[in-house]
Amino acid sequence: MKTIPLHDLHVQLGAKMVPFAGFVMPVRYTSDLDEHHAVRNSVGVFDVSHMGEFVLRGPQALDLIQKVSANDASVLYDGKVQYSYLPNADGGVVDDLLVYRHHADEYMLVVNASNIEKDWDWIMSHNTEGVEMENISDQMCLFAVQGPKAIATLQKLTEIDVAAMEYYTFQTGSLGGIEGVILSATGYTGAGGFEVYVEKEKAQVIWEAIFEAGAEFGIKPIGLGARDTLRLEKGFCLYGNDISDTTSPLEAGLGWVTKFTKPFINSDALKVQKEQGIARKLVGFEMIDRGIPRSHYELCDAGGNVIGEVTSGTQSPTLQKGIGMGYVQKEYSQPGAELFVKVRERLLKAQVIKLPFVK
Amino acid sequence: MQFPEELKYTKDHEWIRLDGDMAVVGITDHAQNELGDIVYVDVTTVGESLSMNDVFGSVEAVKTVSDLFLPVTGEILELNPVLDGAPETVNNDPYGAGWMIRMQLSDPSELDGLMSAEEYKQFIGA
Repeated sequence: MKTIPLHDLHVQLGAKMVPFAGFVMPVRYTSDLDEHHAVRNSVGVFDVSHMGEFVLRGPQALDLIQKVSANDASVLYDGKVQYSYLPNADGGVVDDLLVYRHHADEYMLVVNASNIEKDWDWIMSHNTEGVEMENISDQMCLFAVQGPKAIATLQKLTEIDVAAMEYYTFQTGSLGGIEGVILSATGYTGAGGFEVYVEKEKAQVIWEAIFEAGAEFGIKPIGLGARDTLRLEKGFCLYGNDISDTTSPLEAGLGWVTKFTKPFINSDALKVQKEQGIARKLVGFEMIDRGIPRSHYELCDAGGNVIGEVTSGTQSPTLQKGIGMGYVQKEYSQPGAELFVKVRERLLKAQVIKLPFVK
Repeated sequence: MQFPEELKYTKDHEWIRLDGDMAVVGITDHAQNELGDIVYVDVTTVGESLSMNDVFGSVEAVKTVSDLFLPVTGEILELNPVLDGAPETVNNDPYGAGWMIRMQLSDPSELDGLMSAEEYKQFIGA
């Protein structure tokens, strides 16, 4: 089990530390609900330094990225970020990731903690272009500063015009007196905000500067518990739950980042799947009966016949009702479709809705 | 962390308080702390007679769900009505207003097999 660089600080802050994706991570500091609402209504900071970062350099870096990822990275420009995924050769997903373009010949890939080794080996095995690859995961800290007061918080710490930054762009500059920090207008909460990449030696200085700047907004440290409810309210996929080595990206709704305008790993088979149509689909649903869906619960029709499975579920802190995502047979995937979640041998009524749950 | 002396405790982190031949059951301070924010207490066994260690319901927190086990054999008489609208009462007052069920005991001698406050404290390493 690995620890993140600011582990001791989180313990001092009262975090409950739990194993997650091979790391000991803060799951909550005070209350999942308080932390959730702090991000939706003001600002909170997640230490997500478990995430992995790879730097790819060289004139053929783009060629390698185009080959291993399904989105079209050729549309990126310096300072632009793109959501994408790595298809495997068998119809599933190796990982989902963010692609950052520093320069035409230098990119950064940000991958899930649980997949760092797998992704590295996978990309390396396809690196016939001789692209220089560097795994900087252990050198970097990543803080997600999320919520409507994130801009006002971070603006106090930098000359970068934070409010002017467009969604899915980034700048490298000075933050809280530390040079070379990457400020990225991205996040996994749908609450607005930024992600801050900083070398681990400078991380505590940045963390403290952010908390000082956000004090007037009641800034809080936020654990992985609230991270999960926040992302689920927005219908964002979680690798390992909603997408995996064996789930089709098209069934998962990742068609929008699947660009058949260029060849990539398994693109021929995925194209056939797209043309033939998918048999099941990842949908969002909300509970009509009282109950809380959880991953691996069965989804059924009114007669109790199994039509799918829950991949993520919780009680939405914002909506105060059970929400979930899961794969269902296509005929049950339309918004408004009625389905039943099997909770402790009871069939509880739910309804498919168009994502996100929380606008 | 609190461990009231007058209660008996189970390895599944329930407590039971004897009141004549009836008893009140809830989950421990340690349990609510581990679960985090409790958002639903789901008990559908009111009126049923169950055996010691049977599941009598579930407690749903934001992140997780956990079965509730009956500390001793008996009939479930009542679910705490406060929990329907305010399940967080379990977090705020696990040994008081956050009690979960009232039950009729079949065999009060079963209580002798449960842990004392001191034993439970040692059990969880507190």
